Amino acid sequence: MDKLILGRYIPGDSIVHQLDPRVKLLGSIYFIFLLFFANNWQSYLFLAVFILVAIKLSKISLGFFLRGLKPLLWLIIFTVSLQLLFSRGGEIYFSFGPIAISQFGLINAALIFCRFVFIIFMSTLLTLTTIPLELTDAIEFILSPFKYVKLPVHEIALMISIALRFVPTLMDETTKIMNAQRARGVEFGEGNLFQQMKSIIPLLIPLFVSSFNRAEELATAMEARGYRGGEGRTKYRVLNWEVTDTMAVIVFAFVTVGVILLRG
Amino acid sequence: MDITFEKVGYIYQKGTPFQNRALHEMDLAIKDGHYTALVGHTGSGKSTVLQHLNALMKPTEGTVTIGDRVITGTTENKGLKEIRKKVGIVFQFPEAQLFEETVEKDICFGPMNFGVTEEDAQAIAKKMMPLVGLDESFLSRSPFELSGGQMRRVAIAGVLAMEPEVLVLDEPTAGLDPKGRREMMQMFYQLHQEQGMTIVLVTHNMDDVAEYADEMIILEGGTVVKQGKPEALFLDVEWLKKLQLDVPTSVAFAELFTKRTGKSFAKMPLNEQQLVTELVALLEEGEGH
Repeated sequence: MDKLILGRYIPGDSIVHQLDPRVKLLGSIYFIFLLFFANNWQSYLFLAVFILVAIKLSKISLGFFLRGLKPLLWLIIFTVSLQLLFSRGGEIYFSFGPIAISQFGLINAALIFCRFVFIIFMSTLLTLTTIPLELTDAIEFILSPFKYVKLPVHEIALMISIALRFVPTLMDETTKIMNAQRARGVEFGEGNLFQQMKSIIPLLIPLFVSSFNRAEELATAMEARGYRGGEGRTKYRVLNWEVTDTMAVIVFAFVTVGVILLRG
Repeated sequence: MDITFEKVGYIYQKGTPFQNRALHEMDLAIKDGHYTALVGHTGSGKSTVLQHLNALMKPTEGTVTIGDRVITGTTENKGLKEIRKKVGIVFQFPEAQLFEETVEKDICFGPMNFGVTEEDAQAIAKKMMPLVGLDESFLSRSPFELSGGQMRRVAIAGVLAMEPEVLVLDEPTAGLDPKGRREMMQMFYQLHQEQGMTIVLVTHNMDDVAEYADEMIILEGGTVVKQGKPEALFLDVEWLKKLQLDVPTSVAFAELFTKRTGKSFAKMPLNEQQLVTELVALLEEGEGH
Protein backbone atom coordinates (compact mmCIF):
# COMPACT_ATOMS: atom_id res chain seq x y z
CA MET A 1 0.00 0.00 0.00
CA ASP A 2 3.01 2.23 0.55
CA LYS A 3 3.79 2.27 -3.16
CA LEU A 4 0.46 3.64 -4.28
CA ILE A 5 0.97 7.03 -5.91
CA LEU A 6 -2.38 7.49 -7.62
CA GLY A 7 -4.84 9.28 -5.36
CA ARG A 8 -2.25 10.86 -3.10
CA TYR A 9 -1.65 14.49 -2.35
CA ILE A 10 1.78 16.14 -2.24
CA PRO A 11 1.78 19.52 -0.49
CA GLY A 12 3.28 22.32 -2.53
CA ASP A 13 2.73 25.92 -3.53
CA SER A 14 3.00 25.85 -7.31
CA ILE A 15 0.58 27.56 -9.67
CA VAL A 16 -1.14 24.24 -10.28
CA HIS A 17 -1.56 23.70 -6.52
CA GLN A 18 -3.20 27.07 -6.12
CA LEU A 19 -5.67 26.70 -8.97
CA ASP A 20 -9.31 26.48 -8.04
CA PRO A 21 -10.22 22.80 -7.58
CA ARG A 22 -13.24 23.28 -9.87
CA VAL A 23 -10.95 24.30 -12.71
CA LYS A 24 -8.67 21.37 -12.05
CA LEU A 25 -11.44 18.79 -11.82
CA LEU A 26 -13.42 20.02 -14.84
CA GLY A 27 -10.18 20.66 -16.72
CA SER A 28 -9.02 17.07 -16.22
CA ILE A 29 -12.33 15.68 -17.40
CA TYR A 30 -12.33 18.04 -20.36
CA PHE A 31 -8.76 17.04 -21.20
CA ILE A 32 -9.85 13.42 -21.49
CA PHE A 33 -12.58 14.46 -23.96
CA LEU A 34 -10.01 16.35 -25.98
CA LEU A 35 -7.81 13.29 -25.93
CA PHE A 36 -10.51 11.22 -27.62
CA PHE A 37 -11.18 14.02 -30.04
CA ALA A 38 -7.57 14.15 -31.19
CA ASN A 39 -6.86 11.59 -33.89
CA ASN A 40 -3.42 12.04 -35.41
CA TRP A 41 0.14 12.31 -34.24
CA GLN A 42 0.29 16.12 -34.57
CA SER A 43 -2.62 16.65 -32.21
CA TYR A 44 -1.23 14.09 -29.75
CA LEU A 45 2.15 15.78 -29.78
CA PHE A 46 0.38 19.07 -29.05
CA LEU A 47 -1.44 17.54 -26.07
CA ALA A 48 1.81 15.95 -24.88
CA VAL A 49 3.48 19.35 -24.82
CA PHE A 50 0.52 20.74 -22.89
CA ILE A 51 0.60 18.05 -20.21
CA LEU A 52 4.39 18.21 -19.86
CA VAL A 53 4.18 21.97 -19.31
CA ALA A 54 1.43 21.43 -16.72
CA ILE A 55 3.59 18.87 -14.90
CA LYS A 56 6.55 21.23 -15.05
CA LEU A 57 4.42 24.00 -13.54
CA SER A 58 3.36 21.75 -10.66
CA LYS A 59 7.02 21.45 -9.58
CA ILE A 60 6.61 17.71 -9.01
CA SER A 61 9.25 15.52 -10.59
CA LEU A 62 8.27 13.58 -13.70
CA GLY A 63 9.66 10.40 -12.15
CA PHE A 64 6.76 10.47 -9.77
CA PHE A 65 4.26 10.33 -12.59
CA LEU A 66 6.17 7.54 -14.28
CA ARG A 67 6.00 5.56 -11.06
CA GLY A 68 2.24 6.13 -11.04
CA LEU A 69 2.10 4.24 -14.36
CA LYS A 70 3.62 1.11 -12.87
CA PRO A 71 0.51 -0.50 -11.38
CA LEU A 72 -1.33 -0.11 -14.70
CA LEU A 73 1.58 -1.18 -16.87
CA TRP A 74 0.22 -4.67 -17.60
CA LEU A 75 -3.18 -3.34 -18.60
CA ILE A 76 -1.52 -0.91 -21.01
CA ILE A 77 0.74 -3.55 -22.51
CA PHE A 78 -2.21 -5.92 -22.90
CA THR A 79 -4.45 -3.43 -24.70
CA VAL A 80 -1.67 -2.06 -26.86
CA SER A 81 -0.54 -5.49 -27.97
CA LEU A 82 -4.12 -6.50 -28.81
CA GLN A 83 -4.40 -3.46 -31.06
CA LEU A 84 -0.99 -4.11 -32.53
CA LEU A 85 -1.53 -7.76 -33.34
CA PHE A 86 -5.15 -8.02 -34.36
CA SER A 87 -6.01 -5.00 -36.45
CA ARG A 88 -5.63 -5.00 -40.21
CA GLY A 89 -5.63 -2.23 -42.75
CA GLY A 90 -3.18 -0.21 -44.73
CA GLU A 91 0.16 -1.76 -45.51
CA ILE A 92 0.75 -5.15 -43.90
CA TYR A 93 4.30 -5.71 -42.68
CA PHE A 94 3.98 -9.14 -41.18
CA SER A 95 1.25 -11.72 -40.96
CA PHE A 96 0.87 -15.15 -39.45
CA GLY A 97 -2.60 -16.72 -39.26
CA PRO A 98 -4.93 -14.27 -37.52
CA ILE A 99 -2.00 -12.26 -36.22
CA ALA A 100 -0.83 -9.38 -38.34
CA ILE A 101 1.22 -6.29 -37.84
CA SER A 102 -0.21 -3.63 -40.08
CA GLN A 103 0.19 0.06 -40.63
CA PHE A 104 -3.17 0.85 -39.01
CA GLY A 105 -2.43 -1.49 -36.14
CA LEU A 106 0.83 0.30 -35.41
CA ILE A 107 -0.78 3.72 -35.49
CA ASN A 108 -3.72 2.62 -33.35
CA ALA A 109 -1.45 0.96 -30.82
CA ALA A 110 0.65 4.10 -30.52
CA LEU A 111 -2.43 6.30 -30.09
CA ILE A 112 -3.94 4.03 -27.45
CA PHE A 113 -0.64 3.94 -25.59
CA CYS A 114 -0.55 7.74 -25.58
CA ARG A 115 -4.16 7.93 -24.45
CA PHE A 116 -3.50 5.68 -21.46
CA VAL A 117 -0.37 7.52 -20.43
CA PHE A 118 -1.96 10.97 -20.79
CA ILE A 119 -5.09 10.01 -18.86
CA ILE A 120 -3.02 8.59 -16.02
CA PHE A 121 -0.69 11.61 -16.03
CA MET A 122 -3.60 14.02 -15.93
CA SER A 123 -5.49 12.27 -13.15
CA THR A 124 -2.29 11.83 -11.15
CA LEU A 125 -1.59 15.54 -11.58
CA LEU A 126 -5.09 16.30 -10.32
CA THR A 127 -4.83 14.19 -7.16
CA LEU A 128 -1.20 15.07 -6.42
CA THR A 129 -1.95 18.79 -6.39
CA THR A 130 -5.43 18.92 -4.86
CA ILE A 131 -6.36 18.32 -1.24
CA PRO A 132 -9.12 15.68 -1.15
CA LEU A 133 -11.41 18.05 0.76
CA GLU A 134 -11.05 20.70 -1.95
CA LEU A 135 -11.94 18.07 -4.48
CA THR A 136 -15.13 17.30 -2.57
CA ASP A 137 -16.01 20.99 -2.54
CA ALA A 138 -15.51 21.06 -6.28
CA ILE A 139 -17.73 18.01 -6.74
CA GLU A 140 -20.44 19.59 -4.60
CA PHE A 141 -20.28 22.76 -6.64
CA ILE A 142 -20.42 20.95 -9.95
CA LEU A 143 -23.32 18.78 -8.84
CA SER A 144 -25.29 21.70 -7.38
CA PRO A 145 -27.48 22.28 -10.48
CA PHE A 146 -28.81 18.73 -10.04
CA LYS A 147 -30.49 19.83 -6.80
CA TYR A 148 -33.44 20.85 -8.96
CA VAL A 149 -33.94 17.28 -10.15
CA LYS A 150 -34.08 16.12 -6.50
CA LEU A 151 -30.50 14.77 -6.36
CA PRO A 152 -29.35 14.87 -2.70
CA VAL A 153 -26.22 16.84 -3.56
CA HIS A 154 -25.32 17.86 -0.01
CA GLU A 155 -25.62 14.29 1.25
CA ILE A 156 -23.48 12.96 -1.57
CA ALA A 157 -20.81 15.59 -0.90
CA LEU A 158 -20.93 14.86 2.83
CA MET A 159 -20.52 11.15 2.22
CA ILE A 160 -17.60 11.73 -0.11
CA SER A 161 -15.83 14.02 2.34
CA ILE A 162 -16.37 11.64 5.26
CA ALA A 163 -15.21 8.73 3.14
CA LEU A 164 -12.08 10.61 2.05
CA ARG A 165 -11.37 11.68 5.62
CA PHE A 166 -11.51 8.09 6.85
CA VAL A 167 -9.44 6.46 4.12
CA PRO A 168 -6.12 7.02 5.95
CA THR A 169 -7.69 6.18 9.32
CA LEU A 170 -9.02 2.91 7.99
CA MET A 171 -5.68 2.15 6.33
CA ASP A 172 -3.94 2.65 9.68
CA GLU A 173 -6.49 0.49 11.37
CA THR A 174 -6.06 -2.23 8.75
CA THR A 175 -2.32 -2.27 9.31
CA LYS A 176 -2.81 -2.41 13.06
CA ILE A 177 -5.27 -5.30 12.98
CA MET A 178 -3.13 -7.09 10.42
CA ASN A 179 -0.12 -6.81 12.72
CA ALA A 180 -2.12 -7.97 15.71
CA GLN A 181 -3.33 -11.03 13.82
CA ARG A 182 0.11 -11.75 12.40
CA ALA A 183 1.37 -11.70 15.98
CA ARG A 184 -1.26 -14.36 16.68
CA GLY A 185 0.10 -16.56 13.92
CA VAL A 186 -1.92 -15.56 10.83
CA GLU A 187 0.11 -15.50 7.65
CA PHE A 188 -1.42 -13.16 5.10
CA GLY A 189 -0.88 -13.87 1.43
CA GLU A 190 0.54 -17.35 1.94
CA GLY A 191 -0.73 -20.81 1.09
CA ASN A 192 -3.30 -21.70 -1.57
CA LEU A 193 -6.20 -19.52 -2.64
CA PHE A 194 -8.60 -21.01 -0.09
CA GLN A 195 -6.15 -20.51 2.79
CA GLN A 196 -5.48 -16.96 1.66
CA MET A 197 -9.16 -16.16 1.58
CA LYS A 198 -9.65 -17.69 5.00
CA SER A 199 -6.84 -15.61 6.45
CA ILE A 200 -8.71 -12.45 5.44
CA ILE A 201 -11.59 -13.16 7.85
CA PRO A 202 -9.70 -12.18 11.03
CA LEU A 203 -8.94 -8.90 9.29
CA LEU A 204 -12.31 -8.17 7.69
CA ILE A 205 -14.61 -8.81 10.65
CA PRO A 206 -12.78 -6.50 13.08
CA LEU A 207 -12.61 -3.84 10.36
CA PHE A 208 -16.35 -3.99 9.74
CA VAL A 209 -17.13 -4.01 13.44
CA SER A 210 -14.93 -0.99 14.06
CA SER A 211 -16.46 0.81 11.07
CA PHE A 212 -19.93 0.27 12.50
CA ASN A 213 -18.81 1.56 15.88
CA ARG A 214 -17.08 4.50 14.29
CA ALA A 215 -20.13 5.38 12.21
CA GLU A 216 -22.33 5.34 15.28
CA GLU A 217 -19.93 7.49 17.28
CA LEU A 218 -19.50 9.94 14.43
CA ALA A 219 -23.27 10.26 13.92
CA THR A 220 -23.79 10.90 17.62
CA ALA A 221 -21.00 13.46 17.70
CA MET A 222 -22.42 15.23 14.64
CA GLU A 223 -25.90 15.38 16.13
CA ALA A 224 -24.56 16.61 19.44
CA ARG A 225 -22.94 19.48 17.56
CA GLY A 226 -26.19 20.46 15.95
CA TYR A 227 -26.01 18.85 12.52
CA ARG A 228 -29.51 18.64 11.04
CA GLY A 229 -28.88 18.03 7.36
CA GLY A 230 -27.92 20.24 4.47
CA GLU A 231 -30.63 22.89 4.55
CA GLY A 232 -29.67 26.32 5.83
CA ARG A 233 -26.01 25.55 6.36
CA THR A 234 -23.25 28.05 5.70
CA LYS A 235 -19.80 27.21 4.41
CA TYR A 236 -16.45 27.47 6.15
CA ARG A 237 -14.29 26.76 3.12
CA VAL A 238 -15.38 29.05 0.31
CA LEU A 239 -13.97 28.49 -3.17
CA ASN A 240 -12.48 31.63 -4.70
CA TRP A 241 -12.20 32.30 -8.39
CA GLU A 242 -8.97 34.16 -9.18
CA VAL A 243 -7.22 35.58 -12.22
CA THR A 244 -5.07 32.46 -12.67
CA ASP A 245 -8.25 30.38 -12.89
CA THR A 246 -9.58 32.52 -15.71
CA MET A 247 -6.20 32.19 -17.38
CA ALA A 248 -6.36 28.42 -17.03
CA VAL A 249 -9.75 28.44 -18.75
CA ILE A 250 -8.30 30.56 -21.59
CA VAL A 251 -5.41 28.10 -21.92
CA PHE A 252 -7.92 25.26 -22.23
CA ALA A 253 -9.74 27.21 -24.94
CA PHE A 254 -6.48 27.62 -26.88
CA VAL A 255 -5.73 23.94 -26.51
CA THR A 256 -9.19 23.11 -27.85
CA VAL A 257 -8.65 25.36 -30.88
CA GLY A 258 -5.21 23.82 -31.38
CA VAL A 259 -6.56 20.29 -31.33
CA ILE A 260 -9.37 21.16 -33.75
CA LEU A 261 -6.90 22.73 -36.17
CA LEU A 262 -4.41 19.90 -35.96
CA ARG A 263 -6.71 16.92 -36.14
CA GLY A 264 -6.97 15.30 -39.52
CA MET B 1 14.96 -15.38 25.68
CA ASP B 2 17.16 -12.36 25.04
CA ILE B 3 16.33 -9.81 22.39
CA THR B 4 19.14 -7.54 21.21
CA PHE B 5 19.29 -4.74 18.67
CA GLU B 6 22.58 -3.89 17.03
CA LYS B 7 22.80 -0.61 15.16
CA VAL B 8 19.22 -0.99 14.02
CA GLY B 9 17.79 1.57 11.63
CA TYR B 10 14.33 1.64 10.14
CA ILE B 11 13.01 3.86 7.38
CA TYR B 12 9.32 3.92 6.50
CA GLN B 13 8.42 3.97 2.78
CA LYS B 14 12.03 3.82 1.75
CA GLY B 15 12.73 5.13 -1.73
CA THR B 16 9.59 7.26 -2.01
CA PRO B 17 9.22 11.00 -1.37
CA PHE B 18 7.26 10.07 1.77
CA GLN B 19 10.38 8.40 3.20
CA ASN B 20 10.62 8.85 6.94
CA ARG B 21 13.25 7.59 9.36
CA ALA B 22 11.96 6.11 12.61
CA LEU B 23 15.04 4.41 14.09
CA HIS B 24 18.74 5.01 13.73
CA GLU B 25 21.77 3.25 15.16
CA MET B 26 19.69 1.76 17.92
CA ASP B 27 21.44 -0.57 20.35
CA LEU B 28 19.11 -2.17 22.82
CA ALA B 29 19.08 -5.25 25.02
CA ILE B 30 16.07 -6.95 26.55
CA LYS B 31 17.35 -9.50 28.99
CA ASP B 32 15.76 -12.84 29.66
CA GLY B 33 13.51 -12.94 32.72
CA HIS B 34 13.50 -9.20 33.26
CA TYR B 35 10.61 -6.79 33.42
CA THR B 36 11.69 -4.06 31.01
CA ALA B 37 9.90 -0.76 30.61
CA LEU B 38 10.22 1.05 27.29
CA VAL B 39 9.49 4.75 27.62
CA GLY B 40 9.76 7.83 25.45
CA HIS B 41 7.39 10.53 24.32
CA THR B 42 5.22 10.29 21.20
CA GLY B 43 7.24 9.81 18.04
CA SER B 44 10.35 8.50 19.77
CA GLY B 45 10.10 5.19 17.92
CA LYS B 46 8.45 2.98 20.54
CA SER B 47 5.89 1.39 18.25
CA THR B 48 8.48 0.72 15.59
CA VAL B 49 10.75 -0.99 18.13
CA LEU B 50 7.78 -3.01 19.32
CA GLN B 51 7.12 -4.44 15.90
CA HIS B 52 10.75 -5.44 15.54
CA LEU B 53 10.53 -7.56 18.70
CA ASN B 54 8.70 -10.38 16.93
CA ALA B 55 9.85 -9.68 13.38
CA LEU B 56 6.62 -8.05 12.17
CA MET B 57 9.08 -5.51 10.81
CA LYS B 58 12.55 -6.18 9.61
CA PRO B 59 15.27 -3.60 10.15
CA THR B 60 16.43 -1.64 7.12
CA GLU B 61 19.89 -1.42 8.74
CA GLY B 62 21.60 -3.45 11.41
CA THR B 63 20.49 -6.69 13.03
CA VAL B 64 17.91 -7.81 15.57
CA THR B 65 18.65 -11.02 17.46
CA ILE B 66 15.62 -12.75 18.93
CA GLY B 67 16.70 -15.79 20.95
CA ASP B 68 18.98 -17.58 18.52
CA ARG B 69 17.40 -16.15 15.37
CA VAL B 70 19.16 -13.25 13.67
CA ILE B 71 16.87 -10.94 11.72
CA THR B 72 18.28 -8.59 9.10
CA GLY B 73 16.69 -6.64 6.28
CA THR B 74 17.03 -9.60 3.95
CA THR B 75 15.62 -12.29 6.23
CA GLU B 76 12.88 -14.29 4.49
CA ASN B 77 9.37 -14.46 5.88
CA LYS B 78 9.53 -18.22 6.19
CA GLY B 79 10.03 -19.62 9.66
CA LEU B 80 9.22 -16.38 11.44
CA LYS B 81 6.11 -18.01 12.89
CA GLU B 82 8.05 -19.71 15.67
CA ILE B 83 9.37 -16.32 16.75
CA ARG B 84 5.84 -14.99 16.91
CA LYS B 85 4.82 -17.88 19.12
CA LYS B 86 7.64 -17.13 21.54
CA VAL B 87 7.15 -13.37 21.58
CA GLY B 88 3.52 -12.49 22.24
CA ILE B 89 2.47 -8.89 21.65
CA VAL B 90 -0.55 -7.24 23.21
CA PHE B 91 -1.11 -4.22 20.98
CA GLN B 92 -2.73 -0.99 22.07
CA PHE B 93 -6.51 -1.41 22.32
CA PRO B 94 -6.26 -5.15 21.63
CA GLU B 95 -10.05 -5.50 21.77
CA ALA B 96 -10.01 -4.46 18.09
CA GLN B 97 -8.56 -7.84 17.13
CA LEU B 98 -11.50 -10.00 18.29
CA PHE B 99 -13.48 -11.63 15.50
CA GLU B 100 -14.76 -15.13 16.30
CA GLU B 101 -18.34 -16.00 17.28
CA THR B 102 -17.43 -17.04 20.79
CA VAL B 103 -14.82 -15.96 23.30
CA GLU B 104 -13.54 -19.52 23.47
CA LYS B 105 -12.92 -19.75 19.73
CA ASP B 106 -11.15 -16.42 19.77
CA ILE B 107 -8.80 -17.43 22.54
CA CYS B 108 -8.12 -20.75 20.79
CA PHE B 109 -7.34 -18.96 17.51
CA GLY B 110 -3.73 -18.09 18.38
CA PRO B 111 -2.66 -21.47 19.77
CA MET B 112 -4.34 -23.31 16.90
CA ASN B 113 -2.44 -21.21 14.38
CA PHE B 114 0.71 -22.48 16.03
CA GLY B 115 -0.35 -26.09 15.68
CA VAL B 116 -2.03 -26.81 19.03
CA THR B 117 -4.96 -29.25 18.70
CA GLU B 118 -8.49 -28.02 19.29
CA GLU B 119 -8.97 -29.92 22.58
CA ASP B 120 -5.68 -28.66 23.97
CA ALA B 121 -6.49 -25.12 22.89
CA GLN B 122 -9.87 -25.31 24.61
CA ALA B 123 -8.19 -26.53 27.78
CA ILE B 124 -5.80 -23.58 27.59
CA ALA B 125 -8.70 -21.19 27.02
CA LYS B 126 -10.40 -22.50 30.15
CA LYS B 127 -7.19 -22.02 32.10
CA MET B 128 -6.77 -18.45 30.87
CA MET B 129 -10.15 -17.17 32.04
CA PRO B 130 -9.50 -16.92 35.78
CA LEU B 131 -6.04 -15.54 35.01
CA VAL B 132 -7.53 -12.51 33.28
CA GLY B 133 -10.29 -12.19 35.86
CA LEU B 134 -13.28 -13.60 33.97
CA ASP B 135 -15.31 -16.69 34.80
CA GLU B 136 -15.89 -19.66 32.55
CA SER B 137 -19.43 -18.65 31.64
CA PHE B 138 -17.89 -16.06 29.31
CA LEU B 139 -16.41 -18.76 27.08
CA SER B 140 -19.65 -19.40 25.21
CA ARG B 141 -20.55 -15.72 24.75
CA SER B 142 -19.91 -13.57 21.72
CA PRO B 143 -16.97 -11.21 22.21
CA PHE B 144 -19.02 -8.37 20.73
CA GLU B 145 -21.63 -8.36 23.47
CA LEU B 146 -19.05 -7.75 26.20
CA SER B 147 -18.07 -4.45 27.75
CA GLY B 148 -14.89 -2.72 26.63
CA GLY B 149 -12.94 -3.84 29.68
CA GLN B 150 -14.08 -7.43 29.32
CA MET B 151 -13.19 -7.44 25.63
CA ARG B 152 -9.73 -6.21 26.57
CA ARG B 153 -9.34 -9.14 28.96
CA VAL B 154 -10.45 -11.64 26.34
CA ALA B 155 -7.97 -10.20 23.82
CA ILE B 156 -5.16 -10.43 26.35
CA ALA B 157 -6.18 -13.99 27.17
CA GLY B 158 -5.91 -14.74 23.46
CA VAL B 159 -2.27 -13.64 23.45
CA LEU B 160 -1.43 -15.36 26.75
CA ALA B 161 -2.96 -18.57 25.38
CA MET B 162 -0.07 -18.81 22.92
CA GLU B 163 2.07 -19.32 26.03
CA PRO B 164 4.80 -16.93 24.91
CA GLU B 165 8.20 -16.71 26.57
CA VAL B 166 8.33 -12.97 26.10
CA LEU B 167 5.22 -10.84 26.59
CA VAL B 168 5.23 -7.39 25.01
CA LEU B 169 2.59 -4.98 26.28
CA ASP B 170 1.80 -1.72 24.48
CA GLU B 171 -0.07 0.45 26.97
CA PRO B 172 -2.20 -2.45 28.14
CA THR B 173 -4.26 -0.35 30.56
CA ALA B 174 -5.01 2.68 28.37
CA GLY B 175 -8.67 3.64 28.78
CA LEU B 176 -9.38 1.32 31.72
CA ASP B 177 -10.76 2.42 35.07
CA PRO B 178 -8.36 2.59 38.04
CA LYS B 179 -9.46 -0.74 39.48
CA GLY B 180 -9.18 -2.59 36.17
CA ARG B 181 -5.81 -0.95 35.67
CA ARG B 182 -4.42 -2.16 38.95
CA GLU B 183 -5.79 -5.69 38.53
CA MET B 184 -4.33 -6.02 35.09
CA MET B 185 -0.90 -4.70 36.03
CA GLN B 186 -0.86 -7.05 39.03
CA MET B 187 -1.75 -9.95 36.76
CA PHE B 188 1.20 -9.26 34.46
CA TYR B 189 3.51 -8.85 37.42
CA GLN B 190 2.37 -12.20 38.78
CA LEU B 191 3.13 -13.90 35.46
CA HIS B 192 6.57 -12.35 35.63
CA GLN B 193 7.16 -13.37 39.24
CA GLU B 194 5.66 -16.84 39.18
CA GLN B 195 6.44 -18.09 35.70
CA GLY B 196 9.56 -16.05 35.11
CA MET B 197 8.01 -14.54 31.99
CA THR B 198 10.08 -11.83 30.30
CA ILE B 199 7.94 -8.72 30.04
CA VAL B 200 8.39 -5.63 27.93
CA LEU B 201 6.06 -2.81 28.91
CA VAL B 202 5.57 0.23 26.70
CA THR B 203 3.93 2.97 28.71
CA HIS B 204 3.61 6.63 29.59
CA ASN B 205 2.67 5.83 33.14
CA MET B 206 5.81 6.25 35.23
CA ASP B 207 4.10 4.99 38.38
CA ASP B 208 3.77 1.60 36.70
CA VAL B 209 7.39 1.72 35.60
CA ALA B 210 8.59 2.51 39.12
CA GLU B 211 6.33 -0.09 40.66
CA TYR B 212 7.01 -3.09 38.44
CA ALA B 213 9.96 -2.70 36.10
CA ASP B 214 13.49 -3.74 37.00
CA GLU B 215 14.99 -2.37 33.82
CA MET B 216 14.17 0.82 31.97
CA ILE B 217 14.98 1.92 28.43
CA ILE B 218 14.48 5.55 27.42
CA LEU B 219 13.99 6.32 23.73
CA GLU B 220 14.33 9.68 22.07
CA GLY B 221 14.42 10.58 18.38
CA GLY B 222 14.59 6.96 17.24
CA THR B 223 17.48 5.88 19.40
CA VAL B 224 18.18 4.70 22.94
CA VAL B 225 19.39 7.55 25.14
CA LYS B 226 19.60 5.66 28.42
CA GLN B 227 19.17 2.14 29.71
CA GLY B 228 19.39 1.08 33.33
CA LYS B 229 17.61 0.48 36.62
CA PRO B 230 14.56 2.72 37.16
CA GLU B 231 15.81 3.86 40.58
CA ALA B 232 18.95 5.18 38.92
CA LEU B 233 17.26 6.77 35.93
CA PHE B 234 14.58 8.53 37.96
CA LEU B 235 17.21 10.42 39.96
CA ASP B 236 17.75 13.01 37.24
CA VAL B 237 14.32 14.63 37.33
CA GLU B 238 15.36 17.70 35.34
CA TRP B 239 16.76 15.61 32.50
CA LEU B 240 13.56 13.55 32.30
CA LYS B 241 11.45 16.69 32.16
CA LYS B 242 13.60 17.95 29.31
CA LEU B 243 12.70 14.78 27.40
CA GLN B 244 9.01 15.53 28.08
CA LEU B 245 8.78 12.54 30.39
CA ASP B 246 6.99 12.36 33.70
CA VAL B 247 8.40 11.10 36.95
CA PRO B 248 6.55 8.79 39.36
CA THR B 249 4.21 10.59 41.78
CA SER B 250 6.37 9.68 44.75
CA VAL B 251 9.49 11.06 43.08
CA ALA B 252 7.63 14.29 42.30
CA PHE B 253 6.49 14.44 45.91
CA ALA B 254 10.01 13.79 47.22
CA GLU B 255 11.38 16.57 45.07
CA LEU B 256 8.80 19.05 46.27
CA PHE B 257 9.34 17.93 49.86
CA THR B 258 13.07 18.52 49.61
CA LYS B 259 12.52 21.90 48.02
CA ARG B 260 10.07 23.05 50.71
CA THR B 261 11.71 21.61 53.82
CA GLY B 262 15.33 21.33 52.81
CA LYS B 263 15.37 17.76 54.04
CA SER B 264 16.42 15.10 51.57
CA PHE B 265 15.64 11.41 51.59
CA ALA B 266 18.37 8.83 52.01
CA LYS B 267 17.00 6.94 48.99
CA MET B 268 14.75 8.12 46.17
CA PRO B 269 11.29 6.62 46.89
CA LEU B 270 9.86 4.97 43.78
CA ASN B 271 6.46 4.02 45.15
CA GLU B 272 4.05 4.81 47.93
CA GLN B 273 5.49 2.23 50.27
CA GLN B 274 9.07 3.40 49.93
CA LEU B 275 7.88 6.96 50.35
CA VAL B 276 6.16 6.10 53.64
CA THR B 277 9.27 4.29 54.88
CA GLU B 278 11.47 7.25 54.00
CA LEU B 279 9.09 9.74 55.62
CA VAL B 280 8.93 7.69 58.80
CA ALA B 281 12.72 7.49 58.85
CA LEU B 282 12.96 11.28 58.50
CA LEU B 283 10.42 11.82 61.27
CA GLU B 284 12.24 9.53 63.65
CA GLU B 285 15.49 11.23 62.85
CA GLY B 286 13.82 14.55 63.61
CA GLU B 287 12.62 13.30 67.00
CA GLY B 288 16.07 11.98 67.80
CA HIS B 289 17.50 15.52 67.69
